[in-house]
Amino acid sequence: MELLAQNLLNGVTIGAFYALVALGYTMVYGVLKLINFAHGDLFMWGAYLGYTGLTVLLGLSLRGGPWMVIPVVIGAMLIIALLGVLLERTAYRPLRHAGRLPPIISALGAAFVLESLARNIYGATYMTYPTDIAPSGGIRLIGDVTASTMQIIVLAASFAMMAGLWAFVNFTRTGTAMRAVSLDHDTSRLMGIDVNRIITIVFLIGPALGATAGIMVALYYGSFDFTLGMTFGLKAFIAAILGGIGNIPGAMLGGMILGIVESLGAGYISPQWKDVIAYALLALTLIVRPTGLLGERVAEKL
Amino acid sequence: MMKANGLSGALTRLRRIPAIYWSIALLVIGIALPLAIDNNYIRAVLWEAGIYVLLGLSLNIIVGYAGMFQLGHAAFYAIGAYTMAILNIYLHVPIFIGMLAAIIVSGVAGFVITRPILHLRGDYLAIVTIAFGEIVRMLLVNNIGGITGGANGLFGIEQPSLFGFSFHTTLSHYYLVLFFVVITIVAMRRLENSRLGRAWTYVREDELAAEAMGVNTVRVKAVAFLLGSAWAGLAGALYASRITVISPDLGRFLESVIIFCIVVLGGTGSIPGVFVGTVGMVILPELFRFVKDWRDGFVGLAMVLMMIFRPMGLWPSRRVAMEMGEDETKAVTPAA
Repeated sequence: MELLAQNLLNGVTIGAFYALVALGYTMVYGVLKLINFAHGDLFMWGAYLGYTGLTVLLGLSLRGGPWMVIPVVIGAMLIIALLGVLLERTAYRPLRHAGRLPPIISALGAAFVLESLARNIYGATYMTYPTDIAPSGGIRLIGDVTASTMQIIVLAASFAMMAGLWAFVNFTRTGTAMRAVSLDHDTSRLMGIDVNRIITIVFLIGPALGATAGIMVALYYGSFDFTLGMTFGLKAFIAAILGGIGNIPGAMLGGMILGIVESLGAGYISPQWKDVIAYALLALTLIVRPTGLLGERVAEKL
Repeated sequence: MMKANGLSGALTRLRRIPAIYWSIALLVIGIALPLAIDNNYIRAVLWEAGIYVLLGLSLNIIVGYAGMFQLGHAAFYAIGAYTMAILNIYLHVPIFIGMLAAIIVSGVAGFVITRPILHLRGDYLAIVTIAFGEIVRMLLVNNIGGITGGANGLFGIEQPSLFGFSFHTTLSHYYLVLFFVVITIVAMRRLENSRLGRAWTYVREDELAAEAMGVNTVRVKAVAFLLGSAWAGLAGALYASRITVISPDLGRFLESVIIFCIVVLGGTGSIPGVFVGTVGMVILPELFRFVKDWRDGFVGLAMVLMMIFRPMGLWPSRRVAMEMGEDETKAVTPAA
């Protein structure tokens, strides 16, 4: 029972990471019907920028501590968001009417570029964040089940961001415009929506969430390297499909399910089978239900 | 844009030369080049290119002819290599019989695995194939059945021999691959214009209309996966027979991406396109090895630029070119 509870808690934490990254994939797919393979690498760049930011702040001989994460996260969000927009302008916008294959190749190419840049700038070694940054300690819940401070912060921050995004998409004018664009570009344009502006906004929000997830993942696991974008990104992408790609609540649900299933699989079967379980889950879902779990509500798709 | 026009123009003029002259010229170069260059490194690069041409041609059936996204093709490359290696190492089956087994096992695996997902369209198919590719790789890493050697893979595969001739030099392996490349191209040419090939084109262009005209679309697609996977298995077996050491890395996602790009960069459905794509994705990066870690970055940049300036590929098939209009610059419509 305690093992189950602890596994569930760990699963939800990892699921929150998947969900945050999956949102970036799903929003872009919603408005452009494009699998943005470079999104995983933007997320990874968030982790690297977090490293640089923390190192710089520590270099200013300030007293180190968890508070440092806040300015670093904000800085990384801004830079990665701008990078996301730059990516859209250079690699995707010229291809918007070129069919389905060219944008996918372009996205894969952009992913290669971002990965190569990270490897050359930071080196191919494992990166470790400076010590004393990640908050330590934890709270004992029931019996031996412990929620670390880090887990609590991760969960609180992720749910706050997801709730914010949900409210933004559902209750603001821009959010409504976003939903309209995901349904039909031409009709949206006729209704007076600046489609390019909406796409730019999507490419600001998705990567910004990804950057936050990147820093949190690096803090949570302690170390990462330049393959993070490919490995973790692919998983997050699976989460997006699982929930129904193009659907924002779907990405959140998919992330949670994937995190929990993986964590339970690692706990009860074997850690080395957790990836197989994740991929098999995806394949099964798509065979039985090609649109993903929440994919049927086309009217509310984003 | 001016530069792109110049390049496109030159390529268009080159493409007007009839295919038969190209084939003969390429074959002569293919036979003579490694003899002229007495350098084992260059020969090994050419051999590797040959393997990728085979992989590209095999994926071309699925992506080019039948128009389905397959982003897990490397899995069947790995399955072929492992089939042959396991048969040879544990049961001492001769390499060439092992190759035959590799073709059969990969083909059957391709058929069985993809059969339940054929109803998925476009992007979804691409995603499930990524998942299947990763599952195959993870099964190999996890040492399934205790015979795949886990993450370290297998070693000690014999060199092939035929009628007393033993293939142990790079050159002999190169000619072995070249032999299969030539056979494959002849087979593809005939396939392209066969009843099956035309059915693939039909399914690619309009699945609904094809079905209405009596084409059994599911069967036609399944056969594409069967043949494509089988041929990838052959490439895997050929790879394993020279390198003699294989690991689950053969089936990683990056490998699938490279094969996919070979097909698309050259122009989907085009046999010369596969050669052009191989030059771009395998030979040039190999020759630019001195830029080391920047190599992948340059490949990526080239992929983005290529898609922006020439989205139909460097050497599109005649059918695709006709569909998209001979004036290839038209294919790039500026964003509204």
